[in-house]
Amino acid sequence: MTVRVQREDFDTAAELEGLTRGNRKIGAVVTFTGLVRDFAEDGQIRKMTLEHYPGMTEKQLAAIVQQAEQRWPLDGCLVIHRYGPLEPGDRIVLVIVASAHRQAAFEACAFLVDWLKTRAPFWKLEEREQGHRWVEAKSSDDAAAARWHR
Amino acid sequence: MRILYFAWLRERVGIAEETVDLPADIRNVAGLLDWLRSRGDTYATALADLSMVRVAVNQDYARPDDPVSANDEVALFPPVTGG
Repeated sequence: MTVRVQREDFDTAAELEGLTRGNRKIGAVVTFTGLVRDFAEDGQIRKMTLEHYPGMTEKQLAAIVQQAEQRWPLDGCLVIHRYGPLEPGDRIVLVIVASAHRQAAFEACAFLVDWLKTRAPFWKLEEREQGHRWVEAKSSDDAAAARWHR
Repeated sequence: MRILYFAWLRERVGIAEETVDLPADIRNVAGLLDWLRSRGDTYATALADLSMVRVAVNQDYARPDDPVSANDEVALFPPVTGG
């Protein structure tokens, strides 16, 4: 399991290679990359700043990954989440999940993304023409995370 | 007790963190929030709508009836928007 919270960008191909190299049991790798959009419901976004809670972020991400590992047979799992100033097109988050079979990899990746959106302590501040605005949490994200309860 | 504030709660309270002497009769998260709101208009306004306030005690999510004590690190923040 790898969890990293960092200001710097990441290299998706290098991370994937590092996670899977030498493990011949892996038959499926699912990768999710989250990017900064240049639009919101009410205007263009010029910049975005991601604030987080150092310490709790790492703790919560590790707990979410641990849950995924208990729930699906995984052969590798990596989460990288950036913070600090970002611009449209920049990468924000990377989730890579490796397993023997695709279903576990697809499901665990979706689970991780849904859960980190509702549990990891990050907050997005958007900078637009009209000024700054904190992004509001979406009830659709809560609903997406809730479907994993059972 | 160390209290941290994040995002717009940090802006509205006006500080990122503070250390407070917790009154002895405050034993849970709900009591702590009530006490903070009684500390002045800034706190009362920032914490007016508790449906928009999430609380973590020692870096784990906490509910209103979860216990708090003097040595805890407590964080107050809006619903998260990462990913």
